[in-house]
Amino acid sequence: MNAFTSSVHLVYLACAACFVLGLHLMNAPATARRGNQLSAAGMAAAVATTVAVLARDHEITAFAVAALAVGVAGGTIAGLLTARRVKMTDMPQLVSLFNAVGGGAAALIALGDAVEHAGSLARLPLQTTLTIVLDVVIGGVTFSGSLIASGKLAGLVPGRPILMRGGRTVNILLALVVATLAGMFLTGHSSISGLAVITVAALGIGVLMTLPIGGADMPVVISLLNAFTGTAVAMAGFVLGSTPLIIAGALVGAAGAILTKLMADAMNRSIGAIIAGGFGTGDDATPVSGAGATGPVREITVDDAAIQLAYAAKVVIVPGYGLAAAQAQHEVVALAQALTERGVDVSYGIHPVAGRMPGHMNVLLAEANAPYTELKDLEEINPEFARTDVVLVVGANDVTNPAARRPGNAVSGMPILDVDKAKSVIVIKRSLGHGYAGIDNELYTDPKTAMLFSDAKAGLSALLAGLAAYATR
Amino acid sequence: MSPLLLADITVFTLSLLVGFEVISKVPATLHTPLMSGANAIHGVVIVGVMVLAASTTTLAGYLLLLVAAAFAAMNVVGGYIVTDRMLAMFHTRAAVRS
Repeated sequence: MNAFTSSVHLVYLACAACFVLGLHLMNAPATARRGNQLSAAGMAAAVATTVAVLARDHEITAFAVAALAVGVAGGTIAGLLTARRVKMTDMPQLVSLFNAVGGGAAALIALGDAVEHAGSLARLPLQTTLTIVLDVVIGGVTFSGSLIASGKLAGLVPGRPILMRGGRTVNILLALVVATLAGMFLTGHSSISGLAVITVAALGIGVLMTLPIGGADMPVVISLLNAFTGTAVAMAGFVLGSTPLIIAGALVGAAGAILTKLMADAMNRSIGAIIAGGFGTGDDATPVSGAGATGPVREITVDDAAIQLAYAAKVVIVPGYGLAAAQAQHEVVALAQALTERGVDVSYGIHPVAGRMPGHMNVLLAEANAPYTELKDLEEINPEFARTDVVLVVGANDVTNPAARRPGNAVSGMPILDVDKAKSVIVIKRSLGHGYAGIDNELYTDPKTAMLFSDAKAGLSALLAGLAAYATR
Repeated sequence: MSPLLLADITVFTLSLLVGFEVISKVPATLHTPLMSGANAIHGVVIVGVMVLAASTTTLAGYLLLLVAAAFAAMNVVGGYIVTDRMLAMFHTRAAVRS
């Protein structure tokens, strides 16, 4: 190994170290931005080093340089524009879209490599053909699956579960096609056309896998697809013998796997059941159809609620999926700021699945200028409810249902926010409709709970106005 | 199995474990930037696209290369910028006031 090759390897190693340290710095909001910048610096170094390698080897053709340059320029502009312009509420679909193109690029690397070896495919070692097939399959499923997920999140594809008759049969058939052709590919009967069919079948599986999954399950799905992309990139690394791809792919695979597990646990659902699909609702949830709590429910007027909040010493706001769907994050933060100015201790209790992707609610509130020190996760906030005067629940349902502590119902065992331990509770909700689990929320019939029937955005604005009117009185 | 493949498998396995270790310490508050940042990291696939370019000599290969390069560049550039935008919004109370 000459000096040049050795230095290239060492730079790649340093880049990988930047990725790991960058992720490590993400363990606190204060250092996270620096972590991302370190990771970006590592990426820039990896790209620059690869340019140097290409320039030195002189093997690359002028056409390849042109294709690379045009592609990179187009992709960079697209990435820049979308990343700069995206609204924070639209973050889940953008992350999904970037995930799709990443998976697609990984699959294309394997395809491209196979195309260049078209004449000698049968002579490739098993490790190369195996990783080519794995890369094409995982990358293909991720690409089409993430595009559908992104479309669902953006409302371009209906968010409700789309169940087609025979959809599962088609999926099994496609899987059989992939398995058969992959078997042939690995045993020396390899052809480009076979690989092309595998690609198309993988794309089909991705679509059919994501369509039946409901909008509320999206946090799990995009985490899972993220893990897939990581794996696909690692496989591309195996195909090309490129260590940075293997390391980065494994890191992302681990991140996706952890988030998938966390999200599925927080929703009290198994990953298998989510993939099987058919559950979950679209964004415009809150079914009103006759379903409702059975016990007596106490209603509260906006003015009374505002006075109750103004007189409290400690208020915890519990924002849920409904708040994200109604895009009322600015209103809720404005209300919290008004209360803080009156000397009320305000914090936010955020359930892991509040929002449309892991941690989405925190980003929405941070954008609306809520200090991150007030954003508390489940473990942090639960012990505090006993000392809380008023909990304001906005657009959250199942995650506050005390029935979860008892066995034998749809939410049993689900990690919940112990809202009912507080001295009093105000729930802003449009109706007594069921949440995602489809059962009555016992919180609503609790004597210390008062219901403020309103849309999240309108209700919060009314509370803020009520508070202002009361304060000037 | 070749020594090279064994080395690759070793690197893959250890990276996976390092990933689990590092990422399980990220607080729930930062899960969206984490996912988006991890997304940007798999944009390293652009290095793979460049490596592939060195051995591309056919028309079909050039077309695949063009699309792969566009996808990878969008992934890496967009991923890092959007993550930075999100992380820039996380402030303490003192910083929010000022």
